[in-house]
Amino acid sequence: MLELKNLSFTVDGGERGTEIIRDVSLTVNDGEFFVITGPNGGGKATLARLIMGIERPTDGQILLNGREITGLSVTERARLGVGYAFQQPPRFKGMTVRRLLSLAHGNPLPEDVCCEYLTNVGLCSREYLNREVDNSLSGGEMKRIEIATLMARDLDVAIFDEPEAGIDLWSFSVLVKTFKSMSRRKHKSVIIISHQERIMQLADRLAVIADGTVADLGTKEEIFPRLMNDLNDNCGFREG
Amino acid sequence: MLENFEKELLKTIADISGLPDAGAFNIRRNGESAGRHSTENITIEPKKDKPGIDIRVMPFTSHEAVHIPVIVTESGLNDVVYNDFYIGEGAEVRIVAGCGIHNNGECDSRHDGIHRFHIGKNAKVTYVEKHYGEGEGTGARILNPVTEVYMDEGAECEMEMVQIKGVDSTVRDTKAHLAENARLLITERLMTHGAQTARSDVVINLDGDGSSAQIISRSVAKDTSEQIFYPRAVGNSRCRAHVQCDSIIMDSAKIRSIPEIAANHCDAQIVHEAAIGRINNDQLTKLCTLGMTPEDAEQVIIEGFLS
Ligand SMILES: Nc1ncnc2c1ncn2[C@@H]1O[C@H](COP(=O)(O)OP(=O)(O)O)[C@@H](O)[C@H]1O
Ligand SMILES: [Mg+2]
Repeated sequence: MLELKNLSFTVDGGERGTEIIRDVSLTVNDGEFFVITGPNGGGKATLARLIMGIERPTDGQILLNGREITGLSVTERARLGVGYAFQQPPRFKGMTVRRLLSLAHGNPLPEDVCCEYLTNVGLCSREYLNREVDNSLSGGEMKRIEIATLMARDLDVAIFDEPEAGIDLWSFSVLVKTFKSMSRRKHKSVIIISHQERIMQLADRLAVIADGTVADLGTKEEIFPRLMNDLNDNCGFREG
Repeated sequence: MLENFEKELLKTIADISGLPDAGAFNIRRNGESAGRHSTENITIEPKKDKPGIDIRVMPFTSHEAVHIPVIVTESGLNDVVYNDFYIGEGAEVRIVAGCGIHNNGECDSRHDGIHRFHIGKNAKVTYVEKHYGEGEGTGARILNPVTEVYMDEGAECEMEMVQIKGVDSTVRDTKAHLAENARLLITERLMTHGAQTARSDVVINLDGDGSSAQIISRSVAKDTSEQIFYPRAVGNSRCRAHVQCDSIIMDSAKIRSIPEIAANHCDAQIVHEAAIGRINNDQLTKLCTLGMTPEDAEQVIIEGFLS
């Protein structure tokens, strides 16, 4: 279980700094599939980075399974079972896909297991095993390998940042299936940042993050009609 | 007899522990031969006029290997060796060279290997050379290799030259001449640390039509070490060449990369790329999100980059 309590994040700039995350409180339960959506620049990625420990909050607390992790490093959080698939995954010269997956898993992975992870993200596995995770891969391929690195881990909280970005329709269906089955099996709680209706449809609950704060929160049955209304009003995810 | 630490050195530089059971080899230890063996197709003979050996590979030899590693374990030794390789037409051979220096004393230990390759028509050579230094002494470990490659029509050569670590000073000098349709690939990987210095000059002359060459140089400079790379491709014919230098810089190290391309023929196509930069922060963060410490993450990135 992941709890965010009154989380704020301010960066330097302006007179009192810029508040990117403002007083966010959220709980993601075990077994829950949680989708975060909202306008660009709303603070979704920042929230994910705060949970992973890449950024440190200026205020508030983060609890994992009841234990406070606010002061822990990225490495420590990773070892406690937090994982994060980047929106823009970095590339590594000289590192093969197989090695990266093995590093993610924590131990060398047998070929057939690697292949299973790759197939599950829509990559024809054998072709990719010994490819390097460098500039020779397209953005969509990188994204899918990034997602596979989380599938290679048993996590308490798995966060995916816009997994659909740059992915063709066919691979996208494979991906949706993977989130539905594999991720549910390997990850206790799943948080997906997404704008895709098909991913939102998988959600137990959704949060709309806008202007650095929780603009709406509820089940998909509650959120969907309100989201559509807002979009039809053409004024985006504004509060009030 | 080889001591255990000498066997370890051989393992590091040539992937053999002791004398190979099969194939041609010459093991040079402290300026003398510690074992030599020729085969039906590959003969190794000492030179009469100067230190070194002549290695002759019969035409059309297929898939044989020859090991010629050098170890220097005596502090203060200044070892110079001239090795000539004559690769017959159509032969396919793998040559494993390399030098390991173990210096426990106060005097500098040095090895200069001057290698000349005469590669016959349509022959294929794979060459691996690893350099490595170790030992507790204050004496420096110095390696100054000279490599000359003469490639006949249709010859192919892949050279992998690696400086693993522990080499205090190196000046590398590599020259090649390519005839019609010859193909050369040089991969250079180099790591310096402490106050080490490294310089590598490479000149590839593409003399024959249809010849092609690629130089891929990757390096990591740590601490206060300094590196200079000067790879040059000279197109004298209808040819293609690609030069690529890529370095990771750390701590207070210094790197200069000066790729040079020259065309003396209007159908020469030559490209160069060069980049120097720190380890990218996103890469470190990514590996930390997999549970690695920042130190381990750095190590993994460097290992991959130099692999
Ligand atoms: N470290 C930072 N310094 C300054 N601005 C930042 C920093 N991190 C995020 N921002 C800004 O905060 C806003 C929210 O960004 P982000 O979390 O990436 O939004 P989203 O993922 O919802 O599109 C953006 O305007 C972004 O430029
Ligand atoms: Mg984002």
